[in-house]
Amino acid sequence: MAVATYTSILEWINFNNPYDNPFTPFLSDNLPYDIAYGLWEILGGTLAWLINLLFPNNVVSTWLLCDEVCVLMSMLVFMLLIFIVAFVVVLLNLWMERKVLGRVMDRRGTMVGMKGFLQCVADGLKTFMKENTIPSKVDKMTYIWCVSLIVGLSCLVACMVPLSDRWYVVNYDSGLLIIMAFYALAPFFILVSGWAQNNKYSLIGGLRAAELMISYEVPMLIIIATTSLLCGSFNINAIVAAQSEIWFFIPQFLGFIVFFFCAIAECERPPFDIAEAETELVEGWQTEYAGMKWGLIMLGDYLRGSVSCGMVAIMFLGGWTIPFIGGTAAPEIVFLIKAWFVFFLMILVRGAIARVRPDQILNLGWKVFMPLAVINLAIVLLLKIGGVY
Amino acid sequence: MTDSLVPVLEAQEKMDTDKMWVIWGPQHPFSHGLWTLKLKIDGEFIVDADPIVGYLHRGWEKETENRDYARIIPMTDRLCYCASMTYSHLYCMTVEKALGIDIPEKAKYIRIVADEVCRIQSHLMWLAAVGTDLGNLTVFLWAMREREYFLDLNVKLCGARMTTNYPRIGGVRNDTTPLFDRDILRTVERFEKAMWDIIYLIDDSSVFVSRMKGISYMTREQCANLGLTGPAMRGCGVDFDIRRDDPYDNYDKVNFEVPVLNKEKKVGDTYDRYMIRIEEMFQSCDIIKQAVQKINAIGKNAPYRLKTPTKVPAGTTFGRLEDPRGESIMYLVSDGTDKPWRLKVRSPIFTNVSCSKAMCDGIRIADVPAVLAQIDMCLGETDR
Repeated sequence: MAVATYTSILEWINFNNPYDNPFTPFLSDNLPYDIAYGLWEILGGTLAWLINLLFPNNVVSTWLLCDEVCVLMSMLVFMLLIFIVAFVVVLLNLWMERKVLGRVMDRRGTMVGMKGFLQCVADGLKTFMKENTIPSKVDKMTYIWCVSLIVGLSCLVACMVPLSDRWYVVNYDSGLLIIMAFYALAPFFILVSGWAQNNKYSLIGGLRAAELMISYEVPMLIIIATTSLLCGSFNINAIVAAQSEIWFFIPQFLGFIVFFFCAIAECERPPFDIAEAETELVEGWQTEYAGMKWGLIMLGDYLRGSVSCGMVAIMFLGGWTIPFIGGTAAPEIVFLIKAWFVFFLMILVRGAIARVRPDQILNLGWKVFMPLAVINLAIVLLLKIGGVY
Repeated sequence: MTDSLVPVLEAQEKMDTDKMWVIWGPQHPFSHGLWTLKLKIDGEFIVDADPIVGYLHRGWEKETENRDYARIIPMTDRLCYCASMTYSHLYCMTVEKALGIDIPEKAKYIRIVADEVCRIQSHLMWLAAVGTDLGNLTVFLWAMREREYFLDLNVKLCGARMTTNYPRIGGVRNDTTPLFDRDILRTVERFEKAMWDIIYLIDDSSVFVSRMKGISYMTREQCANLGLTGPAMRGCGVDFDIRRDDPYDNYDKVNFEVPVLNKEKKVGDTYDRYMIRIEEMFQSCDIIKQAVQKINAIGKNAPYRLKTPTKVPAGTTFGRLEDPRGESIMYLVSDGTDKPWRLKVRSPIFTNVSCSKAMCDGIRIADVPAVLAQIDMCLGETDR
């Protein structure tokens, strides 16, 4: 692309079709990338225009607007955009949890600014401004890197969940498997970090995280396999497309219930928060983390919570489609409303029941969830053989 | 044990695995106040426990020796902020016994009402704590909401919410305020309905019940040997209540049945110790209704307070009553002056918490908050 005429910024807003760019990374329609490309055309174009005003016909302006740099820069903006949306969804989740839990408990919930929306800002500021203490006898490298890995993995997973067939990061044929694989990685680092902290509460909390994982992971994977069996693909778009007429939670109702509770356990929300059970283990595996590290861990927890809700919505509630209507003008909003409904159910569960004991969770996972998951698989197999699907 | 486990166990012995002491407290979310529980854990199970109290020691008993009898009453409120009324009642009762006076009928019934309001409010505080210990904040807030109505009754009666400073040596500070009987009956009737919300939330939930059922059994003999008193003891099958068996004030003139669980089995678990307090709250409601009727029958202008001498004759006096948490005793040694020579308080919690070793024997780490919540810790009276 040669340096344009720089007559007006408005000209840059009418950006070209990004698929004309030979380096464009997405072969199909991708809304956030389009927005990012347009944003870079405005920003980079203005920058190039200003430089060109000072030094006419320079190389930098040409470089800023060549195909490769356009793609690189719009990829950076694209990443930022995807993360910001995931982050805002988490903030809304946080606000909803505070408000709904408050109403369950017969109180108002937080009222800090704009009906409580600013509570998240206050919390973020507070954790950010706290002193960043590191206990003297911890294994420092593991202690610090575990936070980065846990939070990084949570962000990665949260960003990988597609909001619609046009709002995604990757569109693999094995998308569901990849998301669940990254999702299941964090408990390992929780175990390692509990060990690294040189604290008995943390150690017990880390071991409990491992105990929790071996109890819910197997039924969860069986249900993922069942879902892919039902629609014949691990591709998320295909799973959603298969639910255009009837949502999957009707043929595999048992699977929906089991997956819902496994999803609560996966993001370590109450009542399955045994790894950080505050009345027993103070703060569990997070005991020695202070300030921003703790804040980031909480952010990671809620990111994983939103992933859980998103996966339930994709696998059982038809993702971003509505039965008999199909696609809408804003499928992302449809998807988020479904995910928020699942989160609402999770909040009600949190408000209604007590924390489950670790051995009870093991019993639940292997003696209740596991048989139910297998029965669910059998039902789906029968449906498949009977030719219903 | 199967034979296949033997080499594993042998290898475990060679591995030199260690049992680990975990110290819970003094700043720990499960300890309602400042106390420490040292737990020796073998994997997930507890093999030994050692409670340590005394972080809140204020020299309460020594301080009373430098005060007039009348000026000790506000101090007794600070023994336990949840059950302030019973402690000041106990103190006034002990001094009246030493003086050898009989207080007016009306004051006796007012004290019964105040005591039972205090008992409900204290049990609701306990219920709130059980909720947080089991990891559910809804129970906490609902119980605190119900407690608020009873604190309002305290305000109606004497102007203060928690540290009431209401009973006096020779009666009570003031007569019941106008419309107090109407308000208290309304509150009690409302409570008897609203309490079922919380009961449904807990007892209909298999998670709550399975957290408490079948753990930490205590036999009658253990209760007797370790000195466990109060609702926890009655949950384990001991049929003893000072209100009925050694009645003070006018408890012998109101009809009530002491709730006791497991009379035949003679052994009770955590769930029984939980259930007994819930039943006691309804029992207290009945007592309040009867006592309010008696107050109304006595009439408006009846005396509610006697004038008493400031100096107590030399001698020793022993007073006891049924605190919400157990049996509290005050032992007064007077020397004829206007100050006590010695005032010893026997706190029920101080004795009950020593049962934590027996209660924690063989349970899991996750059970400890559920089990020790049934003691209903209050450090103000434990450490004094």
